[in-house]
Amino acid sequence: MATIVEIAEEKALAVKDFEFTYAGADAPSVKKLNMPIAKNSITALIGPSGCGKTTLLRSFNRMHDLYPGNKYEGEIIFKDRNILGVKEDLIQLRIQIGMIFQKPTAFPMSIFDNVAYGLRLQGFKNKTELKDRVEKALHDAAIWNEVKDRLGHDANGLSGGQQQRLCIARAVAVEPEVLLFDEPTSALDPISTAGIEELIVQLRERVSIIIVTHNMQQAARVSDYTGFMYLGELIELGRTEELFVTPREKLTEEYITGKFG
Amino acid sequence: MTHTQKRIFLSKVVMILSTASAAIGIGFLFWILGVLIINGIDALTLTIFTTEGTPPGSGDGGLKHALIGQLLLVFYASLFGVPLGVLAGTYLSEYSQKSKVGEIIRDISDIMMSAPSIVIGAFVYAIVVTPMGHFSGWAGSIALTIIMLPIVLRTTDDMLQLVPSTLREAAFALGAPKYKVITQVVYRGAKAGILTGILLAVARVGGETAPLLFTSFNDNFLNTDMMQPVASLTVTIYNYATSPYEDWQKLGWAAAFILSMFILTLNILGRLILLKKKVK
Repeated sequence: MATIVEIAEEKALAVKDFEFTYAGADAPSVKKLNMPIAKNSITALIGPSGCGKTTLLRSFNRMHDLYPGNKYEGEIIFKDRNILGVKEDLIQLRIQIGMIFQKPTAFPMSIFDNVAYGLRLQGFKNKTELKDRVEKALHDAAIWNEVKDRLGHDANGLSGGQQQRLCIARAVAVEPEVLLFDEPTSALDPISTAGIEELIVQLRERVSIIIVTHNMQQAARVSDYTGFMYLGELIELGRTEELFVTPREKLTEEYITGKFG
Repeated sequence: MTHTQKRIFLSKVVMILSTASAAIGIGFLFWILGVLIINGIDALTLTIFTTEGTPPGSGDGGLKHALIGQLLLVFYASLFGVPLGVLAGTYLSEYSQKSKVGEIIRDISDIMMSAPSIVIGAFVYAIVVTPMGHFSGWAGSIALTIIMLPIVLRTTDDMLQLVPSTLREAAFALGAPKYKVITQVVYRGAKAGILTGILLAVARVGGETAPLLFTSFNDNFLNTDMMQPVASLTVTIYNYATSPYEDWQKLGWAAAFILSMFILTLNILGRLILLKKKVK
């Protein structure tokens, strides 16, 4: 059984007996997983490749629904409801639970239109209001100074690090309650990575964050809680400083000391 | 000969053979273009664009009827073929999700693409011309639409699939419904490729003769009524070039030149659009 530390904060999400099976697979990729996610905190998910951490992350905004045949079991509780229910409004859910991907995903449109995209989807039409929200989001993502003079330019002209911050601005603009980061810095250089990490820490005040990372130092630097996953199971969830210094599970200790993975 | 020497020798032989083959191919292309330009420019006058066909021997005939007829035929074919092809390609790439139906449509459209165009002409003759009782511009446009459809469909399908799936996921992750993901994000990403596919498809049907021979037939005078036979550059080239009258033969050269330049321009334009996209 997994060792799960008591969460002091309010919970943003609660995973209960969750199982996930990909289309055509015999065995589930995530098995009977129970896990609380603390509100206004950063929870990092670590573990070797194929351990199911990204699969779990993509379940929080039902990204797996884009491909037919995938199967969820158990519950993920968000705002007093099970978001895995068939009646769940995925559009509303994805507005409340945003996502940042491994590779920057700037849309083929201008910088302004990229950030305004989610707002326009929600029906924002007033030009000044739209402008204010876009500017605020770009400030929040610490990229305003770099792009303020070229908001009309193609977003694909930005560097990788800038594009990733643009994607964060785009996600923050719609004011989600939870942000999911799927290895957000694995395609970036060290300086851009430091910038993104700083940003993630600042965002914690307003959103609950879950970040999947291959980089254990990153998990240690940014997160409040860390969950270690192995072969589709959560082995240990603890406060980050405790988990990395005094892990309670042998597997966790072996992984963070580099004995496997 | 050592092994290395043998290898170098073989490499040289293959290189000479392939270079020669390429040179022969390109040589013929420039030869054709050269003959076309020399004879075409010689026959090209301003009155060609302003006068219709005249009886052979009078020497003052033009190609106005064929130019306008050609544009009409291709315009209506594109009007049907482009939206149908783009929508069908969108279905294949975005909605069929690797299903059997999608695969079957892909296979059929590949077969259609290599079907001899005269067969498509015969098909339209049977289903449109025979019931109507006479040749018509519509029959010609329908035949061209059928030829155009698989080309637009497959390029749209291919170009949409080149758009990374992470881009779609990112739009979905912002709460976009599927039709908005497709129209606002995926189409934008594939814009240049789809446009090129459309241009190449228009160029392809613009050069077709066989499917027009017994659908839109021909007319030596200007007719814009699509219910009646409509002149086309290609059939006009065929008729004029094979006629024994020198002034008609000259007009045939001019028509061939104009048509080739039109198609060449479309092809170059299509390539430029793709090139510009890649540079960015």
